[in-house]
Amino acid sequence: MKLTVNEQEYEIDVDPRMPLLWVLRDELGITGPKFGCGMALCGACTVHLDGRAVRSCVLPVAAVNAEVRTIEGLGAPDALHAVQAAWIEMQVAQCGYCQPGQIMSAAALLDATPGPSDEQIDRALSGNLCRCGTYPRIRKAVHAAAARLQSDMRNEAQNETGGESD
Amino acid sequence: MGRARKITRRVLLIGSAAVAGGVVFGYWRYKKPHDNPLLENLASGEAALTPYVRIDASGVTLITPRAEMGQGVHTTLAALLAEELDVDLGAVNVEHGPASSAYFNAAVLEEGVPFAATDTSPMAERMRRMTRVPAKFLGMQVTGGSSSIPDAYVKMRKAGAAAREVLLTAAAAKLGEDRAALGTEGGAVVSPSGRRVRYEDLAMAAASIDPPDDPPLKPRAEWRLLGHSQARVDMLPKCTGTAEFSIDVRLDNMLYATVRRNPQLGGGVLDFDAETARGMRGVRDVIALPDGAAVVASNTWYAFEAAKTIRFDWQPADYPADTDGHVSAVLSAFDGDHDSRFRDEGSVDDAFLEGADLEGEYRVPYLAHATMEPLNAVAWWRDGRLDIWAGNQLPTQAVKEGALLAGIDETQVHVHTSYLGGGFGRRAEMDFIKAAVTVAVAMEGTPVKTTWSREEDMTHDAYRPLAAARFRANVGAGAATALDLELSAPSVFESQFGRLDVPVLGPDISIVQSAWDQPYDIPNHRVTGYRVPLMLPVSSWRSVGASQNGFFHECIVDEMAHAAGKDPLDFRLDMLTDEVSRAVIEAVADLSGWGSAGSAPGQGKGLAFVLSFGVPTAEVVEVVNTPKGIRVLNVWAAVDVGTALDPANIEAQLHSGINFGLSAAIMSAVTIRDGEVEQSNFHNYDALRLPQAPQIAVRVLENGHRIRGIGEPGTPPAAPALANAIFAATGRRIRELPLKNHIRFDLA
Repeated sequence: MKLTVNEQEYEIDVDPRMPLLWVLRDELGITGPKFGCGMALCGACTVHLDGRAVRSCVLPVAAVNAEVRTIEGLGAPDALHAVQAAWIEMQVAQCGYCQPGQIMSAAALLDATPGPSDEQIDRALSGNLCRCGTYPRIRKAVHAAAARLQSDMRNEAQNETGGESD
Repeated sequence: MGRARKITRRVLLIGSAAVAGGVVFGYWRYKKPHDNPLLENLASGEAALTPYVRIDASGVTLITPRAEMGQGVHTTLAALLAEELDVDLGAVNVEHGPASSAYFNAAVLEEGVPFAATDTSPMAERMRRMTRVPAKFLGMQVTGGSSSIPDAYVKMRKAGAAAREVLLTAAAAKLGEDRAALGTEGGAVVSPSGRRVRYEDLAMAAASIDPPDDPPLKPRAEWRLLGHSQARVDMLPKCTGTAEFSIDVRLDNMLYATVRRNPQLGGGVLDFDAETARGMRGVRDVIALPDGAAVVASNTWYAFEAAKTIRFDWQPADYPADTDGHVSAVLSAFDGDHDSRFRDEGSVDDAFLEGADLEGEYRVPYLAHATMEPLNAVAWWRDGRLDIWAGNQLPTQAVKEGALLAGIDETQVHVHTSYLGGGFGRRAEMDFIKAAVTVAVAMEGTPVKTTWSREEDMTHDAYRPLAAARFRANVGAGAATALDLELSAPSVFESQFGRLDVPVLGPDISIVQSAWDQPYDIPNHRVTGYRVPLMLPVSSWRSVGASQNGFFHECIVDEMAHAAGKDPLDFRLDMLTDEVSRAVIEAVADLSGWGSAGSAPGQGKGLAFVLSFGVPTAEVVEVVNTPKGIRVLNVWAAVDVGTALDPANIEAQLHSGINFGLSAAIMSAVTIRDGEVEQSNFHNYDALRLPQAPQIAVRVLENGHRIRGIGEPGTPPAAPALANAIFAATGRRIRELPLKNHIRFDLA
């Protein structure tokens, strides 16, 4: 079975019913996505499938029909995604265990909805549990990330316009 | 005379295995109490090695030997060292370090003395100091009780300062300059002539110099880091998926295991049939445990799937088979002898000769810790050596348990404490470490990660006790005149320390914690604790006894205020005896606009004040009663921690403590049926999520006479402030948690 994760292709030989989470963690050593519940109740295992946030703990690997992106593929310590940068700016994480899932859910939201309302943020992240109760800073960080992304887009647009006029 | 003879231990290690080729600066000073005969023995048996600062060619590493479970302790402990050592937090490594009794927590037992935190009498202070003797004797490297900062505040600054002193001396020799003229900044010694020597280049020479016994500390006015919010040292890894929790540890040839243990807690296993499991894909072995079995496989999911197929013949538990039986046991303890009566003022029995204005009964359920990271540990047993990787709050105990199970000397056990994906008290337990070691010993030569399913985790906790309160109260002329409060709970100390094989004598103060010791002056005032025989295992759950007693006590005070026809805030201020607490209540009144413009229809504000772990904490909760149910809109909190080392982190801990307390108050209960815990996963044991999480505003005061920790004090007032707000909004007084069993909440 072939699987593409963070733009890298892997050949795996597992029970096709094995949830994607356990392929990532125990077979491929990609441990950013976390095990929390095994029932899609807590969101700690959230990854992107074609840009959509999915719960990898209940998704059989045989049903994965698109490229997988994990928190490791979203951004790296020396090349942060805007959501990660906002999370750091707002000092969101406490124990940190749920945060890869929170960040992946937030990134998928902002991809689809660049300037979300509080209500849209609430809805998109309601599947991500945080026992440390970091919610006040999560809300702030999502807004901050939205602002970063929009400002990045404006800059890109300006650069492109500038390039054409040269 | 030597009446207060100072015993000093200074140790520097050079290139020893223990410090992996670096140089360690250690510092520990022990003031001998005046009259404790135990101490001679203790001191002579001590190797008081306290390494906190390691310098090698690659730079400076600060050892922060408390569990980082989200409370930000690594950042603040590192800041204590870095402040005095003059290094930048962003330029040093910070690591938990090894398990060692040298890292014992001297402050953790202070809360156990029968003196209120507001009592600063010589006797009370002396008793608190004396708890450092058993603390040292037990040598427990423990994280809990909001004690990390009180324990470290002086000790770790001294460790940083002592290291700086010897670096200065070494630099003076190297540069041939007057030592007194040298200064330090950014990890280097600097001379007036502008020369600069990095600590890395001085460390080996510095290691041969005796550090001072008692180096001076910077006055607060000179603090660069302390008193200012710091960027957390663990933030970048935690936001990039690169932080390593023990569940993320990967070793070559590692296998993956899971356990199934008797759901009737404490019962053994008579027999089991694992034939199906053994034949399943990926399964390598099935190992018998004293109360169940473990499956070892090539992938955690294979282990989970195989474990489900094992058929067990369990022994029944010896506690009541259903929740009602547990409630009955808690209530019948009121009829027995009391465990404690630390407060008995005036003449309570006489005060109620003609009945009581108010009386009633309050109850709370068992609660699970439900950390986000399910319990797990990695263990590797080979060549007479045992390595354990575990996020844990008690590494010195993990060493003991590992040595016992493997049948080896404790020196051959190496505990690696990773980040904890939540602790809340759960990771001070040893069951998950013992299970992992048992598996590893059976799989000699192969490292094994043993991960519990969420269902195993939730059904095999050591729970926050089920507890009850009974009270009678009188009010007259707008003030409290009498309060008789009785509290009944199983003993956390007896259960938890029993599992550690440490006998605890005398009353369990946690049964009455944050009820007997509140700074209220009521003419006739009695608080009595009753101990329930142990049933389910119980343990410390964020804020321990204050988690239930804060709810009981502060709802009762609210009832008394309303019965007296007084504003609940004024009612408290009128009977408050502690000025630090008064300022906290006044601050939350200001912050929340208490008493200003009336609430909108269906809205209400509730106040609670709880002094726990020495921290006076006042919270106001505002709710609205909508057609869909109660919603929590706002929470305002004021605390006094004495000295606020990191204001932004204190704010974060209040966000956390409040949401933790509200979650439990609204929706959490562990119940028993047929001897088994009924809750198994987040569908039936949930917590607040983003849409339900209130706005929270925080104010931090510094009037207290000593520094305090803030991991727990935010939790206890949350439940009573919410229940009091619901009363204000709806007129309904709810005396039992969780609240959603009595009133509808809008949890959409």
